[in-house]
Amino acid sequence: MNQSRITPSSDTPMRSGFYTLLYKELLRFWRVGFQTIAAPVITALLYLIVFVQVLQDRVKVYDAIPYVEFLIPGLMMMSMLQNAFANPSSSLIQSRVTGNLVFVLLTPISTREFFAAYVLAAVVRGLAVGLTVWLVSLLFVPIPVTSLAWVLVFGTLGSAMLGILGLIAGLWSEKFDQMAAFQNFLIMPLTFLSGVFYSIHSLPPLWQTVSHWNPIFYTIDGFRYGFFGVSDSSPWMSLAVVFGFFAVLTLIAIRLLDSGYKLRT
Amino acid sequence: MSSAAIEFDHIHKTYQPAIKHWWQLLAKRKPSEGFKALDDVNLRVEYGEFFGLLGPNGAGKTSLISILAGLSYATEGSARVCGHDVVSDFRLARRALGVVPQELVYDPFFTVMETLRIQSGYFGLHHNDDWIEEVLHNLGLSDKTHANMRSLSGGMKRRVLVAQALVHRPPVILLDEPTAGVDVDLRRSLWEFISSLNQQGHTILLTTHYLEEAEALCGRIAMLKAGQIVALDTTDALLARVGGAGLEEAFMQIMQEAGKAPESAL
Repeated sequence: MNQSRITPSSDTPMRSGFYTLLYKELLRFWRVGFQTIAAPVITALLYLIVFVQVLQDRVKVYDAIPYVEFLIPGLMMMSMLQNAFANPSSSLIQSRVTGNLVFVLLTPISTREFFAAYVLAAVVRGLAVGLTVWLVSLLFVPIPVTSLAWVLVFGTLGSAMLGILGLIAGLWSEKFDQMAAFQNFLIMPLTFLSGVFYSIHSLPPLWQTVSHWNPIFYTIDGFRYGFFGVSDSSPWMSLAVVFGFFAVLTLIAIRLLDSGYKLRT
Repeated sequence: MSSAAIEFDHIHKTYQPAIKHWWQLLAKRKPSEGFKALDDVNLRVEYGEFFGLLGPNGAGKTSLISILAGLSYATEGSARVCGHDVVSDFRLARRALGVVPQELVYDPFFTVMETLRIQSGYFGLHHNDDWIEEVLHNLGLSDKTHANMRSLSGGMKRRVLVAQALVHRPPVILLDEPTAGVDVDLRRSLWEFISSLNQQGHTILLTTHYLEEAEALCGRIAMLKAGQIVALDTTDALLARVGGAGLEEAFMQIMQEAGKAPESAL
């Protein structure tokens, strides 16, 4: 029956499947860039036009900063966070519903490689959207950058944090409506009530306290500090909170993946 | 004992009832509840065999294959591919295994070539076009190389599934009902190709409901019923049991005999 016997080849070195998974996740949103980058930029642009028109002279933020300049980093971050969430969550739910997630599950890719590929792709999409919103905002008013390092730190960590939340939501949701619930009842309120459109110092004390419990507030506040050098909280405090959430979400996601939660029976 | 292509050691699989509340994730649950899909399965498939796994729907064929592929964890027992444990040594075990899933699944974002390059990359093989083209040629897919997956007919998608399972040249190939709903022409060309792979030394494990296929192709056959192996023998020996009346007859007889035991216990 068998002339020769084929055993696993040891001559080819074992390389990681991580790069290909990352490449696939990037290609997936790049292919539909009109939906994944252009659309959120248009949304941000509409907010910018409408809110600046309506609120320009009514909302008072930090002393020397015009409202339109204040708003731009907030909108950048909001778009980044929402898109960083959308990338892994929509990829996972689509792969699950169509069943093609099995092609990844059958390979030697480990849970950590899987985690890293999905989260990194989310960060890339977040940063790409943020950068595009910034470029478009130059048409209105060029905003100063006081510290690029803080901008990049909060842009990256914020996108990573929401990317991990997207990964968790993608693992948990079995149907599109569950995903929509996660998005509408958790992500949207958190991002809208985080100081995108206002400084929380203009809120009544109760809502200031509430905002301080919202991790997304710190991503936007720290991000804004990178531009203006002024913020509601100290950037180090914001960094500690954002990094803390990032770490906790990482542990939860890795634990879910290791247990095979809704991936392997 | 030296390693075999596929080894199942006292495999038990019980499916737990679905988790309804998050706190159930934290508590360890009793293995006694739930549906018992596999009950102490022991099986060894040697290198180079063409092995058939038969049984009625719900007998546990797919459960067994899923455990080997790492899609499912055994409740008890261990499984190995080419000597590599599917849990503790999953990278080498999965590298040694090519799986053709039962469902016709695909990623509508990509073309045939992209699908195969990506699949190959998942196994860490980044410059694999020569082999991919050879597989495409052998499966009659050469003219569909750059077609989007969405535009392919069902039969063509099935061929791509086979190609995907082969991109990393696995020594062991699992085929889970690969010919369900496939026309005669494709079925024949598929079997010619799989047989040639077997002749080159690949080990094949096949599940199918088409018994004439199993009879023609498989050297040895195991029959599963209600999660247990009720027959394990060479195809010739199984045929001899029914005086050469065909595998279907042997299958029916074995399933009936296996059905009697639990009845008498009542």
